[in-house]
Amino acid sequence: MSSFKIFDIAGSGMSAQSVRLNTVASNLANADSVSSTPQGVYRARHPVFRANLPAPGDNSSAGVSVAGIAESKAAPETRYDPGNPLADAQGYVYAPSVNVVEEMTDMISASRSYQNNVEVLSTTRDLMLATLKLGQ
Amino acid sequence: MANRIDNFLGVHAQALTLESRRTQLLAANIANVDTPNYKARDLDFKAALANAAGAEGGALPLRATHGTHLQGNAGAASNDPALLYRVPMAPALDGNTVDEQLEQAAFAENSVRYQATLTLLGGKLRSLMTAITGQ
Repeated sequence: MSSFKIFDIAGSGMSAQSVRLNTVASNLANADSVSSTPQGVYRARHPVFRANLPAPGDNSSAGVSVAGIAESKAAPETRYDPGNPLADAQGYVYAPSVNVVEEMTDMISASRSYQNNVEVLSTTRDLMLATLKLGQ
Repeated sequence: MANRIDNFLGVHAQALTLESRRTQLLAANIANVDTPNYKARDLDFKAALANAAGAEGGALPLRATHGTHLQGNAGAASNDPALLYRVPMAPALDGNTVDEQLEQAAFAENSVRYQATLTLLGGKLRSLMTAITGQ
């Protein structure tokens, strides 16, 4: 039954967007997690989406999945903070290069996309329930 | 007998199938709004419906000049309308061509069409019931 695929598609979209919200939450929470070495510092994570394309010849539509989580390669920020217990011999701590403004806009975009998928789901459910009542 | 009911329901039964298919396509576009390199797809509803309606009654039969010639079935294509790619107005840098607002508008339009078709089908079925029960 092809109509039920819509639930899978919208569900895959919701799941992908919630992974994105998860990474945003993780990045924001760790925005100030300093470290004593540049290697040990937290790196911002962002999911990479991929369309679940059907096999050639199959005319059905694509859902979406998370292909992987990419870690930011931006250099950590060096801060001079000799009073910090995590400071190294020179008095420096290393902060993750999380761009808080970027994360906030990413969060808004993810939540809008999530809402869109929920809207698709609820409209489809209404239409299918109306179809079941056909002829009554 | 089933064929007569099909005839009675007219184009609405096929329209319902097409609209359901289009809902699926638009749902996939909306789900992939942030997927890099995803290309938005849709179908030409008018052409697909004309194709489905034409295949039902108006298609010309193939001329068979030999007993072993096969009769082409023009109706077979009607369940599988041609998928097209949307022409993007402002493609994103990541190669995605989904326009969120456009897809939402198309989805809303399509669900209204679906409900209209359901209403018309319901009316036809009710008049059929009236004819059967004679009340």
